[in-house]
Amino acid sequence: MKIMVAIKRVVDYAVKIRIKSDKTGVETTNIKMSMNPFCEIALEEALKIKESGLASEVVAVSLGPGQCVDTLRTGLAMGADRAIHVDAPGALYPLTVAKVLKALVEVEKPGLLILGKQAIDDDCNQTGQMVAGLLNWPQGTFASKVVLDKEKKSATVDREVDGGLETLCLDLPAVITTDLRLNQPRYATLPNIMKAKSKPIKKMSLEELKVEVRSDLEVVQVTAPPVRKAGVILSSVDELVDKLKNEAHVI
Amino acid sequence: MLRAKYLITHSHRSIASSRYLGTLVIAEHEGGSLTTSSLSSIEAAAKFLNKDNSLSLLLAGAGPTLQEAAANAASSHPSISQVLVADSDKLKNPLAEPWAKLIQLVQQKGDYSHIIAAANSFGKNILPRAAALLDVSPVTDVIKISELKTFVRPIYAGNALCTIRYTGSNPCMLTIRSTSFPVGSTAPDSKPNPAPIHQVDLSTFSEDCSSRLVKQSTQDSERPDLGSAHVVVTGGRALKSAENFKLIEKLAEKLSGAVGATRAAVDAGYVPNDLQVGQTGKIVAPELYMAFGVSGAIQHIAGMRDSKVIVAVNKDADAPIFQVADYGLVGDIFEIIPELLEKLPEKK
Repeated sequence: MKIMVAIKRVVDYAVKIRIKSDKTGVETTNIKMSMNPFCEIALEEALKIKESGLASEVVAVSLGPGQCVDTLRTGLAMGADRAIHVDAPGALYPLTVAKVLKALVEVEKPGLLILGKQAIDDDCNQTGQMVAGLLNWPQGTFASKVVLDKEKKSATVDREVDGGLETLCLDLPAVITTDLRLNQPRYATLPNIMKAKSKPIKKMSLEELKVEVRSDLEVVQVTAPPVRKAGVILSSVDELVDKLKNEAHVI
Repeated sequence: MLRAKYLITHSHRSIASSRYLGTLVIAEHEGGSLTTSSLSSIEAAAKFLNKDNSLSLLLAGAGPTLQEAAANAASSHPSISQVLVADSDKLKNPLAEPWAKLIQLVQQKGDYSHIIAAANSFGKNILPRAAALLDVSPVTDVIKISELKTFVRPIYAGNALCTIRYTGSNPCMLTIRSTSFPVGSTAPDSKPNPAPIHQVDLSTFSEDCSSRLVKQSTQDSERPDLGSAHVVVTGGRALKSAENFKLIEKLAEKLSGAVGATRAAVDAGYVPNDLQVGQTGKIVAPELYMAFGVSGAIQHIAGMRDSKVIVAVNKDADAPIFQVADYGLVGDIFEIIPELLEKLPEKK
């Protein structure tokens, strides 16, 4: 079975972002970019499944401008067998990404498509669900544990939901989106980084995949959230209780 | 007169009438009543989307509790014009696959201009899938509805706000953050005439069972639900053990509040995952948020920055949490929490 993993290049999670003065977006030039943390977890899960003998190949795919290749190289260094870069400049909304992933799935025919549950830049949490809908595949989102049953051709997925945990059984092929506690992604070792240089990254275009970029969304502006009034450091519990009672009126 | 003309036009679907604005609210029910997040969705729809026009509620499930919930829902808000009920074993559990097909079916019959759901684990799981089936880009985690199709949503863990406009054709689909659309504290009077309840025709509803619910483990607690509590007391990794975390629980109990936790505390096993507050956990906006031994990582702040009053206690005076706190105390949480337990007034 082949596993396809979709990965996204995003602003590194530790960066303190700055909003452009013209309000068109967030500053990304000369900012550290990394593989989306949830995508790292997705790739790690695919690699673990392959290492357990339940999959033969892990293909990493990414959509976006030329620099996506760097992120795909990291994925190859972690252990993916090959990669596909779909060259697409400009803003890509989840519906378009989902359509591209569907087209790639139809080419590659994987038994499992794993994605991160959300990208930490737009925080959309939509793409996995959308591609599952387009493919009419079952979905296991916010997965905190995945167990494959090769014989039954199914995946048992524990999901982190509002009330706690929910366990689903999905027939393969299926779409899984990863949550934080699914696994701890590995670091690429130096030998693997060297090996990755000779692994193939295939370039594809939207035209080849017959996907039209439709824009039914338009960013009006990007602004800063309201700033909280500065707080005070108090000197005792008594003072805190007093402030909460008589100033803030919350107790 | 004019409205009747538009209604006839609509039912013949001869022209896409842009004046007919109907909103479909995807609702959830529990124990025979609508959930708080569903009431929030109704509130948001009634206030911002639908001043004069129809608001339809969609409920699904199986059996008597569903019908009971429908009956209660029909009188729950004056803006509801009808309650649609989809009663089927296939919809007994909140699985995305049959639910998305249901929404597609209902939309094809009703031609709503807006479809709205709460941005909780149910809405987040189901609405995007339904949007894909309807070939629509959804807008998720909306915190403000500026215009009929213009919304504000947080990005980069809430460190930026994106105002985004939907420019496609009907339906405009969105999920809303319930904390941004609080339900009014005064319960609306029961409608003198409850809205009509219609059973959705599921005769064409064929859903293969490619996904099955195996089990659910939900934490049953007497304490208020984290997402809607007025007071939240959160502990971080500094609590050092599940046993110590009981201090947080005691404090929450004293304040009649809910217990929250950071990712670090959940990862370390002190508390279960449903207590995690943060960018990818629960978003909370209580009257009072108290954080003990929490450093204040960007991802945690994302989940609680809209709290009215924030209190932070940490022994590190440089902890980032103090930058969002209204009141801070630098000190040992193992001394401060017992002192607070002693000195806080008893809840009436």
